[in-house]
Amino acid sequence: MTKRKTPMLDELEKGSWPSFVSDMKQEAEAREKTDVDLQTPRECVDDLLGLLELTYVDKVVHWKHGGIVGVFGYGGGVIGRYCDQPEEFPGVRDFHTMRVNQPSSKFYSSEYLRQVCELWERRGSGLTNMHGSTGDIILLGTTTPQLEEVFWELTHNLDQDLGGSGSNLRTPSCCIGKARCEFACYDTQAICTEFTMEYQDELHRPAFPYKFKFKFDGCPNGCVAAIARADMSIIGAWRDDIRIDQEAVNAYVGGEIKPNGGAHSGRDWGAFDIQKEVVDLCPTECMSWDGKKLGIYNKECNRCMHCINVMPRALRIGEDTGASILFGAKAPILEGAQMSTLTIPFMKIEEPYEELKDIVEKVWDYWSEEGKNRERLGELIQREGFQKFLEVCELDADPRMIQEPRSNPYIFWKEEDVPGGWERDINEFRKKHQK
Amino acid sequence: MGPEEDRQLIVDTLKKKKGKTKFYLKDFNKIFPDRKPREVKKLVNKMVTEGILEYWSSGSTTLIGLKGAGKQHDTEEKDE
Ligand code: HEM
Ligand code: HEM
Ligand code: SF4
Ligand code: SF4
Repeated sequence: MTKRKTPMLDELEKGSWPSFVSDMKQEAEAREKTDVDLQTPRECVDDLLGLLELTYVDKVVHWKHGGIVGVFGYGGGVIGRYCDQPEEFPGVRDFHTMRVNQPSSKFYSSEYLRQVCELWERRGSGLTNMHGSTGDIILLGTTTPQLEEVFWELTHNLDQDLGGSGSNLRTPSCCIGKARCEFACYDTQAICTEFTMEYQDELHRPAFPYKFKFKFDGCPNGCVAAIARADMSIIGAWRDDIRIDQEAVNAYVGGEIKPNGGAHSGRDWGAFDIQKEVVDLCPTECMSWDGKKLGIYNKECNRCMHCINVMPRALRIGEDTGASILFGAKAPILEGAQMSTLTIPFMKIEEPYEELKDIVEKVWDYWSEEGKNRERLGELIQREGFQKFLEVCELDADPRMIQEPRSNPYIFWKEEDVPGGWERDINEFRKKHQK
Repeated sequence: MGPEEDRQLIVDTLKKKKGKTKFYLKDFNKIFPDRKPREVKKLVNKMVTEGILEYWSSGSTTLIGLKGAGKQHDTEEKDE
């Protein structure tokens, strides 16, 4: 049993969901008994429970915000947290979080996971978060003197680096991609790893007005939600036609193959209705079904993935694959939440990714020059306009970048865009226009 | 200006700011208006490694100040 009474937290153990309170109690108990040579306070998890209970009672946070903590040479990867009730809860006087750069697509050996857990039990709180919203492994809670120790062991024994935090490039993250998924339009792991290595300086040291995230989705299904969570979203796409196997389409219609890979088996939804469940749900209305043959007018298809998700054995992504590049997603901080905006409709994604890196650097230079403190790229684009952003990227406007025809009737021309410019010869003018 | 003068200019500028010990990266750009932010960033990060400056981080934002100046933990500006 844990030392502290936590009646309010105990409520969170009721019900059918797994409870983080139960997890914390389990770890607190394990720490009481363990004969591991603990380098952090044995009672830290107990104290964490107590402090959280107090937080619920007081309805105020008892953590101070941030601090000067980190490992030598790095300006990211450590998130400093100090408790404001250190006398009562000495175990969490300093309780810093470390972000550990996950491997692309989060493939681990069980040996590696054991090593991380062993290290964090000994030199941390034993509490982890696999994985944080950033994608990293989150090691929750250690003391200031342990930071360098953990870092040394991570880098020397586990061949493992810290991830990004603060005004740095954040740890790039990608979907499982070609490792397991037939929808992957490019190798998300390869480019995620390459970008992580290429931009090590930006990842480990503050470089920008605020955070910057790359996320790589292999297709528009968006398993890492790049469109909502990344300043630069790289989302797989193809530019030729969806491949159709008409025989397999008919097998779906005839009930021989279960739609959606059999996912909706929780209740009886009746026979598969291709018209209702696929054709009528196509957002661009570019599909047809005549009872025998499925048709797709690919020019209109916006690669929403719906039809392919429903009938993966019959429909496959095209063969001329690459990605669409979008910029500017963010959570609400200075301004409201925002999704990324389509900026490059299609680009081949092939090593060494020079074309993409070129754009990255142009965008970073622009944002570093023009961005205000704590202004995300998406907010800067909003403030200065998408037209300006296209100029910075040296891209031409394209109808695919807009969702609907303009609702703003004013066009602001630049002199260089107007044949002949603004200047006129007054004598020529006077020949035609009297004073 | 040579690298030593650059360092001195940064230190002097920060010392002059009364009541404020932590600065955004952009504040350093203002010290060198003619340089690329990327160059300034490199110098500032180098000065941290050299122990002249230090980082302060909330977790989401990073500020930079003279080593040892101001609060070591918690924010100085509560409105942040
Ligand atoms: C009322 C209290 C709190 C609020 C509203 C809050 C809010 C947030 C939010 C919005 C995020 C970003 C989530 C994400 O996108 O990953 C975050 C991340 C984080 N917070 Fe808090 N937080 C609170 C308390 C704490 C405390 C008590 C700690 C540590 C002792 C903490 C440590 C962290 C860490 C380490 C991250 C990064 C996690 C990750 O990378 O996934 N926060 N917090
Ligand atoms: C290419 C030619 C023209 C352009 C681009 C243009 C543009 C505009 C614009 C943007 C407005 C403001 C609309 C508003 O407030 O909602 C306006 C108002 C007006 N324009 Fe033009 N205009 C043009 C030619 C003309 C001509 C040839 C005349 C008269 C001979 C004219 C007379 C007016 C008047 C009287 C208004 C005020 C209307 C009101 O307030 O209700 N415009 N124009
Ligand atoms: S985003 Fe697409 S390619 Fe990547 S794992 Fe998800 S479905 Fe597969
Ligand atoms: S991917 Fe989406 S838009 Fe394209 S044909 Fe299928 S349902 Fe229609």
